[in-house]
Amino acid sequence: MKIQGKVWKFGNDIDTDVIIPARYLNISDPKILAQHCMEPIRPNFSSLVDKGDIIVAGKNFGCGSSREHAPLAIKTCGIQVVIAKSFARIFFRNALNIGLWVFEIPELYNLTKEGDRMIIDLKKGFIEHHTTKEKFTIPQYPAFLQQIINSGGLISYLLKNHRRK
Amino acid sequence: MTITGKIIAAHSNRKNVSPGEFLMAKVDMVLANDITAPLAVKEFYATKRKKIFNRNKIVFVLDHHVPNKDINSAENCRLIREFARKFKIANPFEGSNGGIEHALLPEKGLVNSGDLIIGADSHTCTYGALGAFATGVGSTDIAGILLTGEIWLKVPETMQVIFNGKKRRWVYGKDLILKIIGDIGVDGAHYKTIDFSGETIENLSMPERFTICNMVIEAGAKNGIIAADEITRTYLKKVCRRTPIYYKNDPDAHFCRVLEYDVSKIEPLVALPHSPQNIKSVYELNRIHIDQVVIGSCTNGWLEDLRIVAKILKGKKVNKNVRLLIFPATYQIYKKALSEGLIQIFIDAGAVVCPPTCGPCLGGHLGILAKGERAVSTTNRNFIGRMGHPESEVYLSNPAIAASSAILGWIGPPEEIGLK
Ligand code: SF4
Repeated sequence: MKIQGKVWKFGNDIDTDVIIPARYLNISDPKILAQHCMEPIRPNFSSLVDKGDIIVAGKNFGCGSSREHAPLAIKTCGIQVVIAKSFARIFFRNALNIGLWVFEIPELYNLTKEGDRMIIDLKKGFIEHHTTKEKFTIPQYPAFLQQIINSGGLISYLLKNHRRK
Repeated sequence: MTITGKIIAAHSNRKNVSPGEFLMAKVDMVLANDITAPLAVKEFYATKRKKIFNRNKIVFVLDHHVPNKDINSAENCRLIREFARKFKIANPFEGSNGGIEHALLPEKGLVNSGDLIIGADSHTCTYGALGAFATGVGSTDIAGILLTGEIWLKVPETMQVIFNGKKRRWVYGKDLILKIIGDIGVDGAHYKTIDFSGETIENLSMPERFTICNMVIEAGAKNGIIAADEITRTYLKKVCRRTPIYYKNDPDAHFCRVLEYDVSKIEPLVALPHSPQNIKSVYELNRIHIDQVVIGSCTNGWLEDLRIVAKILKGKKVNKNVRLLIFPATYQIYKKALSEGLIQIFIDAGAVVCPPTCGPCLGGHLGILAKGERAVSTTNRNFIGRMGHPESEVYLSNPAIAASSAILGWIGPPEEIGLK
């Protein structure tokens, strides 16, 4: 699978209250959540994003609360991949569970700027900078997590592997 | 092995586990609230499975947007209530039987030493104070547990924090945890366990221990843990009917990092906007004027906190430019505060006493900040827009500093109102 899009850059410690403020957590419609994605720091973010765009962020992306609404809002904006120096652990779990790709590639941060175009080849496992042609390897997930991803998410994995009650 | 390692091993049929391993673990108690349960319940329904893993091990707490703040919140609560009724969930809490989840579960005896507890709320880590392994996850993970009673975990490394020495006046558990977050940063314990020990911890009450473990997530930790001792045992004996298992770190347990503190050097601290790691001593601040003070939450809404606040507010008046909101963490705490006369003191001083709810802590409802407004809060997060407008500001402190600030009109310690 290939994804092409432009880069949206964010700094360190982007927290879940910034990704989706708590006052919207009474909403579960992903489309409405998406409209408020990143609202405190980038109003109208979702209307600027095109499908296939990617987020490139600093360390500890998604820190704070356990709200799954956060990766859901990002994904529904049209973002398929978030690349960060590191992710907060609950966000990382949630993203994988709902099918938002999250990769830790620390060196990519300094080599991209907002608006750069990137090509992501998930099958071959690399990311290419459209202009500089620089290539970055997508790190492999631990085998256990890869199984979950291959099953199509946590719930399908569990349904397959857990005896039916 | 460490305590965390031992608890995870015991729940995954293993003799040994090592940091970095992935495994499936059995869950003793699973928790979700009115924000996270609806997504979990919907995912459960989507699987078309007819059975949940164990109705006695599921806890639903309606605490974030309650009493229902709007129609959407009301629908969410109804969805949870219907699920709870349909599957005869043993522990649904709301109304005067409820309160804020992380104060409520220990109070109801649903947390035991040696338990493995997973909650769809990041502050589930609070229960580490009772010697349980407890951590937060998202809604899909909860749906998975509803189906199977199990969760995948990566075994964390453990970082050790040792507190020795006597606390200064106006220093509490809150200041100790703020000190660590300030020192190691908001991802300083990324994916790790923080194990707290030392003479100071041994002398701390349960509420202060809860406050400390509550905020380990603010340093990126997976869980916090305090080995059970006499104080834990006395607490559990009163509330929990299950038999506890008390784990200890092995003498050769591996710690990836060790931090030692002389507590007598720690001053009352304030976390400045917009990060819990922006720590300053309250004595270093120059008159930062405030519009609101919030006292409560799963961090500092304990009875003990309210007693501290009452001592400071007694016979005084809240500054005319400040709105003081006080939220006891649970109804049981509220009732005790009432019978001890604390609520009377609060109202006489000019405070608004609110029902136990998360309310302003997450900018949900009750006490939202306007543009440019500033609040001191005993809660745990001061991210951009956490309590309202993106241009509002939140300063985190312990309950004593919050109370004296409410009287002063700026952020200041109780000494400034003449208390020693
Ligand atoms: S009081 Fe605040 S931090 Fe605690 S559970 Fe409620 S919203 Fe979360």
